[in-house]
Amino acid sequence: MAKRVIIIGGGVAGMQAAITLKKLGCSPLLIEKSVELGGKLNHWDRLFPSGMKAKELIQNMVDEIASLNIKIMLCSEISEIRHEGERVEVGLTDGNAFEGEALVIATGFELFNASVKEEYGYGIYENVITSADLEAMFSEGTVSTSTGLPPRSVAFLHCVGSRDLQIGQPHCSKVCCITGVKQAIEIRELLPECQIYNFYMDMRMFGSGYEELYKKAQETFRINFIRGRISEASETADRQIRIKAEDTLLGRPLKLTVDLLVLMIGKRAAVCNKTFADNLDIPLNESGFLQAKDDFYNNTATRHDNVFIIGTSLAPKTVGEALNDASMASTRIYDYLTRNERQL
Amino acid sequence: MRTINNRYSWERYQKQIPDDHFYYARSCIRQNFFPGSEAAFLKIMQDELGLDVLDDAKHTSCTGIGYHADIVPLETIMTVVARQFSLMTEAGYENLVSSCITSFGIYTEILAMWHHFPELEAKIHEHLRKATGREFVKPKNVIHTSDLVFHFRDRIAAKAKYKLYDVINEKPLNVVEHIGCHYSKIFPTNGIGGAEFPYVLAGMIESWGGQVIDYPERRHCCGFGFRNYLVQANRGSSIANSKLKFESMAPYKPDFIVANCPGCSMFLDKWQYTLAEMEGVTYGPDHQAIPVLTYEEMAGLVLGYDPWDLGLQMHQVDAEPLLQKMGIEYDYTKKYLGKNGKYIGSPKPCNCF
Amino acid sequence: MNKWGFGINEKRSIDLDKNSPDIADRVLRDEPSLRLCIGCGGCTATCSAGNLTRFNFRRVHHLLRRGEYAALSGEIDKCMLCGKCTLVCPRGINTRNVVLSIRKHLSV
Repeated sequence: MAKRVIIIGGGVAGMQAAITLKKLGCSPLLIEKSVELGGKLNHWDRLFPSGMKAKELIQNMVDEIASLNIKIMLCSEISEIRHEGERVEVGLTDGNAFEGEALVIATGFELFNASVKEEYGYGIYENVITSADLEAMFSEGTVSTSTGLPPRSVAFLHCVGSRDLQIGQPHCSKVCCITGVKQAIEIRELLPECQIYNFYMDMRMFGSGYEELYKKAQETFRINFIRGRISEASETADRQIRIKAEDTLLGRPLKLTVDLLVLMIGKRAAVCNKTFADNLDIPLNESGFLQAKDDFYNNTATRHDNVFIIGTSLAPKTVGEALNDASMASTRIYDYLTRNERQL
Repeated sequence: MRTINNRYSWERYQKQIPDDHFYYARSCIRQNFFPGSEAAFLKIMQDELGLDVLDDAKHTSCTGIGYHADIVPLETIMTVVARQFSLMTEAGYENLVSSCITSFGIYTEILAMWHHFPELEAKIHEHLRKATGREFVKPKNVIHTSDLVFHFRDRIAAKAKYKLYDVINEKPLNVVEHIGCHYSKIFPTNGIGGAEFPYVLAGMIESWGGQVIDYPERRHCCGFGFRNYLVQANRGSSIANSKLKFESMAPYKPDFIVANCPGCSMFLDKWQYTLAEMEGVTYGPDHQAIPVLTYEEMAGLVLGYDPWDLGLQMHQVDAEPLLQKMGIEYDYTKKYLGKNGKYIGSPKPCNCF
Repeated sequence: MNKWGFGINEKRSIDLDKNSPDIADRVLRDEPSLRLCIGCGGCTATCSAGNLTRFNFRRVHHLLRRGEYAALSGEIDKCMLCGKCTLVCPRGINTRNVVLSIRKHLSV
């Protein structure tokens, strides 16, 4: 009889864990709180750096889950976790409970609420939007201001809700630098005459192909990069957005009026991390992400041999990194579940 | 035209405003620039609303101007402030209401410093004891007078004789509100609505029938900054800040400006004259300047007080166009008569050209 | 002008071998949060004084950290302590205290 592994969270990390575990001969149960699998990527259009459609990735994984006959439970929210010896019991808010021999936490992250940074007027000025709002526009195929016209100028502000000690978000959200470059290029592709500015503090092009994309943004796509953080945004009479920043390389204040301001919102630790931390006695870091046993061989492991954490429950990560976590944790779980057989 | 009427963000910044019993700390300069404002405040609080507000002749300037000009050292101003607290304690009050934004900033900042450095507070107790033999208790609440007018804005609205409404063009008046920097930029939680979208004056304007203009330089400093205007050569920076604001607000055609800080009200009023002289530019309609009111004058007009009792004749920019828009009747012949009915003098055409 | 018709150019480099960290250390002791600066320039962008004078808080901070105190002394007085930079600083630096501390230690 295949051993039951409970996976909480049906985003890409959770799906990948389910697929791998099933192929290894385990019996995964994938629990997702929303109505569909795919998580945050359902609301994303294209993925950096290649520009692959997020829908395509999700569809491939959902199809594989269906063909492998993996058991999934949608619209199911966790209320508590009990860990006793070698058994894990997961209770749902509807009163149901499931037992398993191992647990994978793949509940992911939350997007930073941009209205917290009041100086940018998100939620007040219609032409101040977030990177997620822009992604939704890309999915629709058109980018427009509140008047319905295409913007003649767009400014991106990096690091909104990241590296920000005033609001308890000390971490770097990792993916926004490259997303800002990707989105700037996409605007240029849609609107060849648009003026595009990226306001940044550091450009962290850490991944394969990222620096090359940044170079293309400068060279081919004529994006203006200005080193300085926008300090405030306000609205003009015709609903453009007036921004103030310092051009730190020139050492002078700078003023710019644009049709659209895009806030590159960062990743926040999910609120549910607290439940896992409390129920399973797993430490949280200062941003509220769950902490693995160590940063190396045990980078998805916990103090419990049969509980693993993957993806953005641990830290801001790229899609590829979340998928790698899932494969890593799955093989470790397989090792654990088959340890007695191998001893014979 | 967009207004801030539907703003919700101010709700995050609420502050405790007590309902009665206030020790009133006056501004040291307001009575020169806007002599009717503090009198109007007391009349509204005491006579209209029946509140207990003590106007104590014994208190002094907070010495904030001297402090910001590097003339009064930190421990000295703290001791002066401690003496105000001591007078308040002696009179049996716990709520300090400050008429001045600089003072309000000084009081809140000193209380914060004492909170973080209790040894400093102990030292000031000692200083005050040595200098005056007095003891003090810190106020339970430090609020600004505009907080109080905001707090009672609906009761004032219930007694209103006039609204912030243009009876000639039949539309709400467009109002620019300007908040003193030290009201909420030092501690956003000390100001109603915080620092980015302050609501203290906007709330009054909305309650009394007006429409608040949100313009790009709404949050910008008026340029008063003691270090700037005290040195004549630095006033170019001071006036340039005001100019930045006027240029930014002009396209919205404001009917008047209201401010909650002594320095801002004065400079937004007087710099318009200076800019007209220096550059021949005006920012209101028909080559007129934009009238500037204090919030007490605004409340006084709403309550039907005589404009000359409110001291509007002391403004650089004439308030008459605004009075006409609001449908307020006034006697022009009494504009330059003092309280005793005697002629107080009137502005003469400039002979400098 | 001397008889040569030219002078000897002064070095423009910041000489960290000669510059003393003493005043910077005192300011950092008063306000350790200053160490958190990532040079974003939000302070300067929003500064009331800096929009119309050459005052630049980000630059002031770097002059301090490099021990360039002579260039600092005329600059720091331009701040009006309005508090706007403290509001926008993403690193939560108490810029107000930094200004007060620099003034204090420079004047000694």
